[in-house]
Amino acid sequence: MRDSFVAVLTELASQHPELMLLTGDLGFGVLNSYAAGFPRQFLNAGVAEQNMSGLAAGLALEGHCVFTYSIGNFPTLRCLEQIRNDICYHGANVKIVCIGGGMSYGPVGFSHHATEDLSILRSLPGMLVLSPSDLWEAAEATRYLVTHRGPAYLRLDKSAAPVDLRFGESFRPGTIRTVREGSDVTLAATGGILEEALLAADTLSEQGIFCRVLSVHTIKPLDTETLAAAASETGGIISIEEHAVDGGLGGAIAESLMEAGVFPGFFVRMGLRNTFSSVIGSQKYLRTVYSLDAASIYRTVSAKMGFPAEVLS
Amino acid sequence: MNTAMMLDSHVLAKRIRLHALRMTSAGGGSHIGAILSCADILAVLYGGVINVDSKAPESPSRDRFILSKGHAGGGLYAALAERGFFPVEKLQTHYQDGSELSGHVSHKLPGIDVSTGALGHGLSIAAGMAYAGKLREARHRVYCLLSDGECDEGSTWEAALFASHHRLTNLVAIVDYNRIQGIAPVAEVLELEPFADKWISFGWAVREVDGHDHEALQRTLEAAPLAAGKPSCIIAHTTKGKGVSFMENSVLWHYRIPRGAEFDAALVELEARS
Repeated sequence: MRDSFVAVLTELASQHPELMLLTGDLGFGVLNSYAAGFPRQFLNAGVAEQNMSGLAAGLALEGHCVFTYSIGNFPTLRCLEQIRNDICYHGANVKIVCIGGGMSYGPVGFSHHATEDLSILRSLPGMLVLSPSDLWEAAEATRYLVTHRGPAYLRLDKSAAPVDLRFGESFRPGTIRTVREGSDVTLAATGGILEEALLAADTLSEQGIFCRVLSVHTIKPLDTETLAAAASETGGIISIEEHAVDGGLGGAIAESLMEAGVFPGFFVRMGLRNTFSSVIGSQKYLRTVYSLDAASIYRTVSAKMGFPAEVLS
Repeated sequence: MNTAMMLDSHVLAKRIRLHALRMTSAGGGSHIGAILSCADILAVLYGGVINVDSKAPESPSRDRFILSKGHAGGGLYAALAERGFFPVEKLQTHYQDGSELSGHVSHKLPGIDVSTGALGHGLSIAAGMAYAGKLREARHRVYCLLSDGECDEGSTWEAALFASHHRLTNLVAIVDYNRIQGIAPVAEVLELEPFADKWISFGWAVREVDGHDHEALQRTLEAAPLAAGKPSCIIAHTTKGKGVSFMENSVLWHYRIPRGAEFDAALVELEARS
């Protein structure tokens, strides 16, 4: 996803001289061609994320469209007050980009896992929160942000679900993509973990259970309409995120459906439950450790639908 | 600066102090000590050093000013009102229900680009604005007024590193160095000395002035950039609560609200100033 993001910025930078990319001294080898091609539109702000975010606000107030770029929690939690006060309160045109959403940087350890970002960032007034699930969504979200005005957060994952587009499909921020039709149960995922939902859906379809699989690439504003339809048209909803269940995708879905007065047959939030991802390992491995892999999704569905899970080899 | 638009800085300073006294008293707002401390700096800036025009508050060629010590918002409101950015009567709404004049400075008002209040934010934003100005080879300056207390914030020094690395000669930081922070003297909380040396070692051109001497302030501000290829830092030695004898150099008057006999006594002293 990171490469898709950089490719789109590189493609659009010359047409958008107001575009600026600020990095917190990360992206070695990744940002080089952009930096070399557009030196006036690139700044390495150093390992100083608070200053980077304040700078971004100042540049944006002077008419630039500024992307800040770093890993995990560095561009978000480290400088949260600058994001809140300097960027959001002023409606500054700053796009905060996190490389390594969820447990992308698995072996590196918990410091580099972004597992509370969605809930924290979406609570900020005026913040658009995008969390693409595949490479097409990542590229299209980036393209959208270049012309969007105002604060936004873009969470990019190392993993990505396979791209499966309908003919002529266009990216619509704020609208959930239904990537698979089904009426038995809804699997709503955000980020690369959508791939686990699709794998689970494949196995479940062999058992005659047909899942509706949703890619929730926009966490805020949340597409309540599509979720409400899923709640009434399918047996229940399972939210899946590489993130704390508190206030993230699952929390947001619960809030919006409760307020809309629509109640799914059942509702399960799959994510981290009051725990740090303290185990290390690949992103795939950590999903098994924290019960967020396809097999865990399968087991959750089987428990809710009342059939034995053992059929899954 | 168009001389016709200048306002005598001593007259302006006196008005800022009187407004600040009334605003903090009527509104029940705090930080009178901090406002009195920087009233002369604001008066010299808005008396004519800063190139701003109330008729075109968002003119691209204007100088930018960020009050990083946002708790002295009342002082900036008073200066802007006196310069015609909004009616002086509006100052009476300071701290009142529904007012745009929040205790900490607000960009809802014409002439104010940035809301602050959380310390250590202003210099980064100013550096971003100065960088943008450099990119388009603009001639305006970016001024940022900081408190000494907010030099405790690491983010202030992140911005200081950045500004010198990128040779932001169009950036002028002014530190209101009254040596008293929130609840205690700077020397007791986190010593900043050798303060000028810190800025020098961060790559800034530094000048120390008496922050209540208008002529010295004006001379120094107009001399910026103080050295080729460097951002400028003016350390203004000030007295917290300046102008009211019992508020001067007092930790108490960082937060205390002037009322009753204290208000009357302060009013007498401030009105007697030339």
